[in-house]
Amino acid sequence: MDAAQPITAADGTPLKKKLAQAMFRSKLRATGLVVPLLAFVLASFVFPIIALMWQGVYNDTFERLMPNLTEELRVWDGVSEPTEDMYAMLVADLRQNRADKTIGKVASRVNQELAGTRSLFTSTARKAKKLEPPYKESVIKTKKKWGELKVWQAMKLTNQSLTPGFYATSLDAVQTVDQGFVMKEDKRQIYTKLFVRTLMISGSVMLLCLLLGYPVAYLLATLPLRYSNLLMIMVLLPFWTSLLVRTTAWIAILQSQGVVNDLLVWIGITGDDSRFSLIYNMTGTIIAMTHILLPFMILPLYSVMKTIPPSYMRAARSLGATPTRAFIKVYMPQTVPGIGAGGLLVFILAIGYYITPALVGGQDGQLISNMIAYHMQKSLNWSLAAALGGLLLGGVLVLYWAYDRIIGIDNMKLG
Amino acid sequence: MSGLTKKIVALAGVSAFVAGNAVAAELTVVSWGGAYTKSQVEAYHKPWMAQSGHSIISEDYGGGIAEIKAQVESGNVTWDVVDVELSDAIRACDEGLLEEIDHSSLPAAPDGTPAVDDFLPGTLHDCAVANIVWSSVYVYDSSKVRNWNAPKTMADFFNTDAYPGKRGMRKSPKVTMEFALIADGVPVSEVYDVLGTEEGIERAFAKLDTIKDDVIWWEAGAQPPQLLADGEVIFTTAWNGRVFNAVAAEDQSFEMVWDGQIYDLDLWVIPKGSKNVEAALDFVRFSTATEQLANQASWISYGPARASSVPLIGTYHDNPAIKMADHMPTAPGNFANALQNDFEFWADNQDDLNERFNAWLAQ
Amino acid sequence: MLDGTNPFVRFRNVQKSYDGETLVVKNLNLDIEAGEFVTMLGPSGSGKTTCLMMLAGFETATHGEIELGGRPINNIPPHKRGIGMVFQNYALFPHMTVSENLSFPLKVRGMSAGDIQDKVTRALDMVQMRVFGDRKPAQLSGGQQQRIALARALVFEPELVLMDEPLGALDKQLREHMQYEIKHIHENLGVTVVYVTHDQSEALTMSNRIAVFDDGVIQQLDDPVTLYEKPENSFVAQFIGENNTLTGTIESLTGNVAKVKLEAGDSVKALAVNTDGKGSRTSLSIRPERCVVSPKKVAGLGMLKGRIEELIYLGDHIRCRMNVAGNDEFIVKVPNTADQLGLEIGAESYVGWQTDDCRALDFKQV
Repeated sequence: MDAAQPITAADGTPLKKKLAQAMFRSKLRATGLVVPLLAFVLASFVFPIIALMWQGVYNDTFERLMPNLTEELRVWDGVSEPTEDMYAMLVADLRQNRADKTIGKVASRVNQELAGTRSLFTSTARKAKKLEPPYKESVIKTKKKWGELKVWQAMKLTNQSLTPGFYATSLDAVQTVDQGFVMKEDKRQIYTKLFVRTLMISGSVMLLCLLLGYPVAYLLATLPLRYSNLLMIMVLLPFWTSLLVRTTAWIAILQSQGVVNDLLVWIGITGDDSRFSLIYNMTGTIIAMTHILLPFMILPLYSVMKTIPPSYMRAARSLGATPTRAFIKVYMPQTVPGIGAGGLLVFILAIGYYITPALVGGQDGQLISNMIAYHMQKSLNWSLAAALGGLLLGGVLVLYWAYDRIIGIDNMKLG
Repeated sequence: MSGLTKKIVALAGVSAFVAGNAVAAELTVVSWGGAYTKSQVEAYHKPWMAQSGHSIISEDYGGGIAEIKAQVESGNVTWDVVDVELSDAIRACDEGLLEEIDHSSLPAAPDGTPAVDDFLPGTLHDCAVANIVWSSVYVYDSSKVRNWNAPKTMADFFNTDAYPGKRGMRKSPKVTMEFALIADGVPVSEVYDVLGTEEGIERAFAKLDTIKDDVIWWEAGAQPPQLLADGEVIFTTAWNGRVFNAVAAEDQSFEMVWDGQIYDLDLWVIPKGSKNVEAALDFVRFSTATEQLANQASWISYGPARASSVPLIGTYHDNPAIKMADHMPTAPGNFANALQNDFEFWADNQDDLNERFNAWLAQ
Repeated sequence: MLDGTNPFVRFRNVQKSYDGETLVVKNLNLDIEAGEFVTMLGPSGSGKTTCLMMLAGFETATHGEIELGGRPINNIPPHKRGIGMVFQNYALFPHMTVSENLSFPLKVRGMSAGDIQDKVTRALDMVQMRVFGDRKPAQLSGGQQQRIALARALVFEPELVLMDEPLGALDKQLREHMQYEIKHIHENLGVTVVYVTHDQSEALTMSNRIAVFDDGVIQQLDDPVTLYEKPENSFVAQFIGENNTLTGTIESLTGNVAKVKLEAGDSVKALAVNTDGKGSRTSLSIRPERCVVSPKKVAGLGMLKGRIEELIYLGDHIRCRMNVAGNDEFIVKVPNTADQLGLEIGAESYVGWQTDDCRALDFKQV
């Protein structure tokens, strides 16, 4: 057959086209079945995430609420003395915000950039109605701080709605008007350290889960059904208990007057006045999180091990391998998909944990998610929370990509 | 505790409903839980429900304005009255999240003094009306035999040589930084001036560094009495009412050290867009009347925000031997070296100091 | 290596119980000579696989001794027994290539890379799979996997190879082909093979001797011809090949010839092989190909009247189902010869056989 000639159906239309026509209806039906779920996922998951991520690089509070000053700040070079026009527009905008009761929002936004400016805005806004020209003089008279260049520079930065500033803060850097990005001094750095610690703790939890979960999964997969069912119930038990109850139980067990320490003192391993600190620190976080995440390691491992017939181990031993060697060379490589799935699952869950670290973490057992929760709930700096979350999400995606490159996502088996 | 409270409230609500008020509203009142919410239920909620015929659902929260902000901005306001700290009240008001409360509508004192003159200075704000004065102090357990003299000053809290052991502190720069400066010898009248400078902040952190390894940080108000009772810490900072409750209701032998106490206000606010604004305002007016504020003081040792309530403070509700006036932060014996929390300082510096505090913690 | 008097593999009074209540293997005694191909044949649950696993070391005998080359091996772990094994599902390690699978037993024995290379190549040649060395098992067909499994069990040159239903997963044609291949490899290498199967034709094709298992006991141990021609009990007669059974009572015994009164009333003569003597009940076993169908009686044969129920034309022979003495499953294989009788369904006819071909065995209700 001539390769260049397209194959045609009996009525002369090209076969490909004919096939597409025939497939159209079934494709349409398949799409129809998926659309509701797709719409749900888009509306309840994808769009909110995109919207939140958008907040990490876009915050138009200042531009929106201070429109007159915004025009002035745009043309200002950021280093020369602020002009009378700028002060006049400032007063005009402050008056409007006072009337609209939105001054708190502006003050909060500038305060994120330069600490100690919140009351500058709120108090001057209260007096703005009575201020007379020349505004520069009368504004500075209300608060001396209005004459300082750094206040105006902070406003110029917040005026920039599309900003890399929050991501810079997330990496412990500061955006400046004249010097670009500058790293914060060491003792004020926090987020990079927390990111590193989060990765470290999550990694430790993952390894511990693997070490503790592997033998249990192996037992589950190899014991006779009546025993393995009982064991499975014990593995799943934590799922049936509230997270808070479990965490509180760990406090009772691990605190310095708790069960473990009492036991150690009673045995004589430690003295009554030198009890171990097992909780309210990193140790506590790792122990409690390992316990909580253990089932997420055991279940994928179990589902993989269940499919490995005992004949592989037997074959290896009949070929002359000792039980240990057979286990390492033949059994373990076949559980790699389970190790990968469990490890990835535990690691990603651990990275996002915050309730448990908040309760038992003390000062050195906190994770980056605790900071995200803090900025969401307490400081209300959602843009910074979004930037931190964006970095975390990016990190997870990088890990996921690396996993795919090294082990292959098709090899993952969740059950 | 809160479960029981809810039942009581629900029961009262039902009886009020049965009484047959056709326009009965259901008010959601949010507060800090535990002994504090119970005192409000006893002194405010129950009498108000009986009088007005409305019912109250009592909810607990952990402070902050995040939830109010979320409710107001989404237009789905389910909270009607919220008990907040002063700095949060100011901030939420500035951001337009709260209803304004007309001070002239507040009930006058029994002797006719208008409310604006009867309330203590600084307790009335555009959007908020204070009900109590509470205080952060530190506590120890006198039943635990130890070979040291009873601590007397804030400096003792930081003295790990004379008082070795773990200390509980609130995981927040607020109060913690002030305590550090007071312990370092800064007079209470100058604390915020010092803290307003870079050197002052460094000084506070340097003082905190001396006990950093010995601190267990707490976050919820119910934690510190528990930590102390469990013997996890030898000292802990705490809210004075919670400590009083542990002593009066749970027979703990806790002793408070009032030196260097930092007092603050709790205020009622009404989120903007509440569906029951009229009833909520009525509740706020009722509960901040002289008699109710004085009544609350017989349930928990927080000081009433009105001058006219002070002479009416009686004894603990189930123990006439305990004179509540002696346990108030404002009692003369306790008030000698006290500092009022500077809400404006914290409104300005909260974000920055929180970040530095967290960075310090993470080091 | 062997002193001739001692068998290579010996089971002596071996018993096995899993639950402490029932015996899966009851008092097994079995000797296997070096170089023999012995098949353990039996239905599932008969204990044959358990015996194989005890020999391999994956199950321990509850009682009795197993010897290998004159040495008791009860306490030797499987990896020290040096026995090659082929599993039902091949058990090729899925994460290793074919070559890696084959070199595994050599590596654990600490051989040099050069030796390993040589032996692996030779083993692959033996099963004509040299070009597949770099593939993963999942990329091979069932038959190819089977060959690799075979090569792997042989590559370290064990003296004894165990095979546990190795051809069970293959289709019929491939299975028959592999039977010959295994048989030839056995003949070429002179290795001792213990083979487990439930397929009697497979057993007949390949084995030197067959041990027929039922209910934890070896019912008969013999070479294929004896086993087929001279079954010693009803189970073996029915399990091996096709068989017609008639039941009756022994009226009299003359030498080794018994006169049996069938339940339908007729009397026939039979070779008394395994009976409890005069007056006892017995099952008569007659192979279908040893029967003749004839419209009238033939001298010298035991003849019974029967009715033709069904005829199936099978080319080389005609399968004729008859109702004989109350048994309507009585099969006769009629050779397709030139003087083919005009058999007709429903026709009354005689069916007959030599007395020696009718074996009186232990009574077993059909």
